[in-house]
Amino acid sequence: MKARQKRLVFVGIAVLGVGVAASMALSALQSNIAYFFSPSQVHAGEHPADAVFRVGGLVVTDTLRREGDGLTVRFDVTDNAKIVPVSYTGILPDLFGEGQGVVARGRIGTDGVFYAEDVLAKHDESYMPPEVQDTLHTAHADGVVETAAPSAKPATMTVTQ
Amino acid sequence: MKINWFKYASPASFYPLAGQLVPKFAAVAAVLVLIGLYVGFFHTADQLGGSNPQKEYYRIIFVHVPTAWMSMWLYLVLAGWSAIGLVFNTRLSFMMANAVAPTGAIFTFLALWTGALWGRPSWGTYWDWDPRLTSELILFFLYIGYMALHSAIDDSRRADRAAALLAIVGVVMLPIIYWSINCPDPNNCAALHQRSDPGSIHASILIPMLLITLGFWSYSFATAFMRLRDIILTREADSAWVRDMLLEARADTGGGSGTSSGVPAGAGRGAV
Repeated sequence: MKARQKRLVFVGIAVLGVGVAASMALSALQSNIAYFFSPSQVHAGEHPADAVFRVGGLVVTDTLRREGDGLTVRFDVTDNAKIVPVSYTGILPDLFGEGQGVVARGRIGTDGVFYAEDVLAKHDESYMPPEVQDTLHTAHADGVVETAAPSAKPATMTVTQ
Repeated sequence: MKINWFKYASPASFYPLAGQLVPKFAAVAAVLVLIGLYVGFFHTADQLGGSNPQKEYYRIIFVHVPTAWMSMWLYLVLAGWSAIGLVFNTRLSFMMANAVAPTGAIFTFLALWTGALWGRPSWGTYWDWDPRLTSELILFFLYIGYMALHSAIDDSRRADRAAALLAIVGVVMLPIIYWSINCPDPNNCAALHQRSDPGSIHASILIPMLLITLGFWSYSFATAFMRLRDIILTREADSAWVRDMLLEARADTGGGSGTSSGVPAGAGRGAV
């Protein structure tokens, strides 16, 4: 084997090793390092006890209400299977709203309420001008376009994330 | 006709070619970026659709996404030239990798910053340890590490090999960055970023985004070739062709463009 071929094999093995490392890191990321937990996982007790973690899901429509102090808000977060009530004192992000995706960081109290230290909003994956989005919505509501309008269903889309 | 592919593997013959290409790539970059920004800022909706839409600030997408794409692509280029250099022992490949690294680092830095500026109004935070943000930050450290390691070793050939190895090992981050959002099972990749695809981006937004990406790509060629010419001159300072060229440039009192003319190895015009 010529020196050049040896080096080729050497670099090939290095790339292969890097590939194996990448796949292992990815599987580790998927199983161990959950960025947030879904309400179902919280109900199943998969979240860390006595530690700060994140809950992600959708804000349930008609559950958003303000407490007497005017700053504390309460709302329910769902993954369309289970619900976790959240309490948060502070300023909500611009994109926060009922039916929208949120990620809240905090700890769960003994009363089952998740006391958030901060609440982040997720934005949906579609980048459409309003008129296009509206057309898609109407078409979807009429049952005309079922498959061509995935962006018209942000609610069900975001749950899968 | 047999094309001699290895002709331009020689720094002496690539130096003038790079000199000719720099202004062309720079011009293409300026035109594409200006058109892209103009279309993006003046011919797109002021806010997105939906019940709770993103306002004007979504337009940072025209800078953010192209810089993020380039940060990953240029790392692949960096690692690719490093691998070719290690295998074939070609000096120019290592120089190419060296020349690309700062541009890649700049794009990574810009992707992180524009992301922060976009994240504040939309998500409600400048920074969060979301998998995509974290892996992109590590990519930035890899670029910095590559450049630091290379400049820490005095012998340039040893520096080339050590830094090339680091670059290849760092490729591990690229699939992690990619799959931090696009993983096969969406339930497993919870992130602040939302997975998107060209189908859910309207043409009026997608086209300027792609134009600017091509512009940034062209910019990367221009800056990398400029840097490459400096690296070639520094490293080949003792070689005959550089000395001849400098002498000729000195003799040629009036001529400002003494770089591409009169280089012994041939200027290679029209040979591309």
